[in-house]
Amino acid sequence: MYTFSNRLRIGAIILMALGIVGMTIGFISAPGSVEEAKAIVAAHDDGHGGSHGEEHAVAGHETHDEASAEEHAAHDEHVYHQLANRPWAALYVAAFFFFMISLGVLAFYGIQRASQAGWSPLLFRVMEGITAYLVPGGIIVFVLLVLSVLHFNHLFPWMDPEVVAEDKIIQNKAGYLNPTFFLIRAAIYLGGWIAYREISRRLSIAQDKADDDSNFKKNFRWSAGFLVFYLVTESMMSWDWIMSVDPHWFSTLFGWYVFASMVVSGVTVIAMVAIYLKSKGYLPDVNDSHIHDLGKFMFGFSIFWTYLWFGQFMLIWYANIPEEVTYFVQRIEEYKLPFFGMVAMNFVFPLLVLMNSDYKRINWFVIMTGIVVLLGHYLDVFNMIMPSAVGDKWFIGLPELGALSFFSGAFIFWVFRALTKAPLQVTRNPYIEESRQFHY
Amino acid sequence: MAETKIHAYYDDDDVLMHAVKKVKAAKHHIEEVYCPFPVHGLDRAMGLAPTRIAITSFMYGCLGLTIAIVMMNYIMIQDWPMNIGGKPSFSYIENMPAFVPIMFEMTVFFAAHLMVITFYLRSKLWPFKEAENPDVRTTDDHFVMEVEVHNNEDELKELLLETGAVELNIIKKRH
Repeated sequence: MYTFSNRLRIGAIILMALGIVGMTIGFISAPGSVEEAKAIVAAHDDGHGGSHGEEHAVAGHETHDEASAEEHAAHDEHVYHQLANRPWAALYVAAFFFFMISLGVLAFYGIQRASQAGWSPLLFRVMEGITAYLVPGGIIVFVLLVLSVLHFNHLFPWMDPEVVAEDKIIQNKAGYLNPTFFLIRAAIYLGGWIAYREISRRLSIAQDKADDDSNFKKNFRWSAGFLVFYLVTESMMSWDWIMSVDPHWFSTLFGWYVFASMVVSGVTVIAMVAIYLKSKGYLPDVNDSHIHDLGKFMFGFSIFWTYLWFGQFMLIWYANIPEEVTYFVQRIEEYKLPFFGMVAMNFVFPLLVLMNSDYKRINWFVIMTGIVVLLGHYLDVFNMIMPSAVGDKWFIGLPELGALSFFSGAFIFWVFRALTKAPLQVTRNPYIEESRQFHY
Repeated sequence: MAETKIHAYYDDDDVLMHAVKKVKAAKHHIEEVYCPFPVHGLDRAMGLAPTRIAITSFMYGCLGLTIAIVMMNYIMIQDWPMNIGGKPSFSYIENMPAFVPIMFEMTVFFAAHLMVITFYLRSKLWPFKEAENPDVRTTDDHFVMEVEVHNNEDELKELLLETGAVELNIIKKRH
């Protein structure tokens, strides 16, 4: 049995506390009205000399005064929404990122069970521990979605009746993008994923005490069924929770793209938690070959993610159809560093570091690559959500780091708490001996 | 001078593995082992150095990538920068996404083909090459271990029989 080390628990609580402070400052310093937003922008512009606002004002006043005033009001309103969105978007990105990790682990776990992999049963309890975060993480994401529906923020433009009233394109999508149906769908996805997680966990624990393999077989069937459900709901979830922040834009491979990001972060976290537990002596049977296999999955899925990232980018860049390409125009103009930086972190770095077979067996190499990959995939989610929420007003400051810190603390706390609830090694799995003998 | 070798025949890969370990432990030099199929772990038991073919493959891939970049930069950007469907051909980086499929394929092409050719060269394989296996049975169901003899024939024979050899042949070669 694993005991939650006090240092780790205190570390997680400190992370959460710091995170709450950061997020609170973020929410307090966000403007509450258009006037406040103007003051913030003015203060910001003074520091940087030449301002976009002044130039714009001079150019406007020369010709038509009235139209310019109206335009100005609209501009101020827009800036106010962007600034007000920032703490919310920071919260949403971090909440989704950590939820996504445990969902990615759940998908990977389902695949391991359905494919009856011989190497991984030793790591099942680690995976089950990580997927425990699915419940609190999913609830937090759901609450954030409900708050969006209740107009606490403007993350999803299609939820704003004023926007929809003037927007023919969103009106035509209202059959799918309407608040009630949106929340019902979210509840179905979350319900299904959490249900599978709980059932599989229960069967996994029951199998340890059983005297036949019936629980194992049931778990196999549930996992195969879950993967079908997951494939459909994950795709729809990516349209709902991520793609719909840009309701004028669509991409057909978006679901896969989000899946790749999710599963590579998931595998990375499995590897990191396994290495941590092994270093503390809790997983004596996990050997270098298991870490090597996880390293291979990290490497392979990193390249899979890049393939989809590039597949999506290149098709849209090449055809250059105005209604699609604005998505990338905005990202390249306003998010150049995060947009291309994440390709370096998620592709070039793991490609060069994890290519060598020997390096995949060196624990600190895997941990170091894992940290870079996780930060890279945080940036990936950041790049998906932020441009529509805050536009060029983005910065990785207190609200973002605070949210990241809070959710990493909550994630660590919940995951390691769940790891103490059951023995760290499954005992009566038919493949456990193969897994124990596994070497590559 | 006549060189003498013993060919020890085995009919099971497990027995062979144990025999290899025993012969190694007795400090005899194993010249070669002929198998009808790859025996997992045999190279390690024989103490062979790990292959470096993956490293060559990586270098060939880098070569392919370089060739693809230089080629397309010359053709599309330097030599004849045409406007083809509005694609920006002012600099390589601006039009790079369009070149990536070729860059990728050239990398894979060079890495794969040159690695295979390297393998053929290093293992001396080519068409019309005379087969080297000492006994036709080694391609079917027998394993042969070739051990050099240095005036210790009887002792070596005894050792090999002890390891489970089903047949021993003394080979005398003239140079």
